[in-house]
Amino acid sequence: MSQATAEKPALPISTEVAVEIASMNKWYGSFHVLRDINMTVMTGERIVICGPSGSGKSTLIRCINRLEEHQSGRITVDGTELTSDLKNIDKVRSEVGMVFQHFNLFPHLTILENCTLAPIWVRNVPKKEAEEVAMHFLEKVKIPEQAMKYPGQLSGGQQQRVAIARSLCMKPRIMLFDEPTSALDPEMIKEVLDTMIELAEEGMTMLCVTHEMGFAQAVANRVVFMDQGQIVEQNTPKEFFNNPQSDRTKLFLSQILGH
Amino acid sequence: MTALPGPYVRTEMLPQQPPPIGQAGLLRWVRENLFSSVLNATLTLVTILVVFSLVRHMLPWFANSVWTAGSLTECREMLDGKTGACFSVVADRWNQMVFGFYPVELYWRPILAVVLLLAALAPMLFSGVPRQLLWFSVFYPAVAVWLLWGGSLWGPILATVGFGIAFMVYQSVARLQALLAAPLALLSLMVWWLWGVGLVAGVAQSIVPLDLTEVRSHEFGGFMLSVVIGVTGIALSLPMGILLALGRKSDLFLIRTVCIGFIEFIRGVPLITLLFTASTLLNYFLPPNTNFDITLRVIIMVTIFAAAYMAEVIRGGLSALPTGQYEAADALGLNYWKAQRLIIMPQALKISIPGIVNTFIGLFKDTTLVIFIGLLDPLGLTNSIRADVNWNGIYWELFLFVGVMFFIVCFSMSRYSMYLERRLKTDHL
Repeated sequence: MSQATAEKPALPISTEVAVEIASMNKWYGSFHVLRDINMTVMTGERIVICGPSGSGKSTLIRCINRLEEHQSGRITVDGTELTSDLKNIDKVRSEVGMVFQHFNLFPHLTILENCTLAPIWVRNVPKKEAEEVAMHFLEKVKIPEQAMKYPGQLSGGQQQRVAIARSLCMKPRIMLFDEPTSALDPEMIKEVLDTMIELAEEGMTMLCVTHEMGFAQAVANRVVFMDQGQIVEQNTPKEFFNNPQSDRTKLFLSQILGH
Repeated sequence: MTALPGPYVRTEMLPQQPPPIGQAGLLRWVRENLFSSVLNATLTLVTILVVFSLVRHMLPWFANSVWTAGSLTECREMLDGKTGACFSVVADRWNQMVFGFYPVELYWRPILAVVLLLAALAPMLFSGVPRQLLWFSVFYPAVAVWLLWGGSLWGPILATVGFGIAFMVYQSVARLQALLAAPLALLSLMVWWLWGVGLVAGVAQSIVPLDLTEVRSHEFGGFMLSVVIGVTGIALSLPMGILLALGRKSDLFLIRTVCIGFIEFIRGVPLITLLFTASTLLNYFLPPNTNFDITLRVIIMVTIFAAAYMAEVIRGGLSALPTGQYEAADALGLNYWKAQRLIIMPQALKISIPGIVNTFIGLFKDTTLVIFIGLLDPLGLTNSIRADVNWNGIYWELFLFVGVMFFIVCFSMSRYSMYLERRLKTDHL
């Protein structure tokens, strides 16, 4: 586990709602994958979503930027409701950054081009300015020297940090992380988690699907536990880990922390 | 029982060593590749024998070849009973093989068109060429049409400008009403082509006349005809194939059905059937007295035929892309066309390069099929050359010549595609 020992800083949370999900349901064919999800995320909150595989946690955050479509209920992101209206979807997507398990960098573009592509083509930022912003964020994730290389030449940890920088270049108000460290070698997990912790300390609103419980204890202000497509329990990390309420949560925690 | 090894700690890390010498060397290569076993040694010797006897028989034919005779009879006299090729026919009929029945005093026009074609292709094929030259590439088709067929330059140029007009209409309408933009752009293009071009071209022509002697399509022939059909077909089938491939993968039922129907129908029909349709059947469906150029009809048929294959090749490339690429593009807020243009197509086309070039080569060779509808491509010309009493009975030399010319073009395309694949390679450099 990573920096579980780090002193938890007092991070500000505003009273402004960033994401609101109200009685949301989703089906894959006839399979009811998300059941009656209700969740409100305040600006500046850092939420860790955990649960066994197949519990719908990835699907849930993928609904927030409409990579998955929900069939009933409401999802409102930063005041914009997600419907089939393409304009709203594009608006939400340009304000919500996403980091994937398998990085999904664009292999035919250099690291710098990966970072400047969306600002230039979605936000119409001039190329020079976009490159300055990109270099700023590449420095932040500590790999400015790789800017001219291609993704295939970087290690997994470096690629994932580029993916984070690429999202940040769009100046998102919310960041979604979908198991960002699951595809990484153990030696590289830390460098990615450090980047995420730094981001959290700057007050970014984050929703993070992860099995890194140390990360949850270090930066999350709420842990959401899901099973069978529903939210089973949510609490502060301290309460969640030390005093779990439901039997399902206890079983889950004993299995992932037991070794 | 062997003793277990004791504890071990490495005190210094080993530096890299060069690989052992003797990995290369001609003798080693020969031994390993040609004489590694009894069977291989036998095969090598037999192959050498076969190659030797082939060369022994063919060499005199090439070595004694005659290049200066005026007829086959003269050629045989010069050979005086020896075996030898009579390549004089190529020298004698070179112009005809290359230009068909194009007026001799106007040969400079197709030659200039080819030179300009190379200039127009350069910025698309090679990265070192200045990008500004692409503007010339945009207007090249209009210039080429003008040079080859003659008439006024204003018509083709203004027809090209129509695309710019349609694009501007699309841009300005899309800001207000996204759904109406594409149909309106298409409509403006049609209106411009049907009425605008004729009107403006007439005015422009009266101010600055840019006229060339007209040459009719039936005067085209030889390699010029192959190249005109081949290059146009190649240039048009790629974009059309991309659109068909995207249409086939579209979520919209109508578009998907039309694209699948088109692709499957065209792929299910032999090209020769389409060419016959172009040459004869189409006349029954067109209004009487319409003069729809036969070369144009053939180009359309060859293009849609190649586009159907192209669509499937590109669909293969699209399927090979991981879904994560689509998701990453979506998550960054890129819309469908931007994602296609910036993320999906560059990768899908790169994967499809071998298949795309395969289709190009196939298309270029298929241009010889126009012989069956009476157009005089290089193979068709060999028949008319033999019809001349001077060259009656000459086969090998002409077919060899045509074959070599096609080989040069097709092999160049193949080599270029390999170069392009190497250049676009971005993984593990």
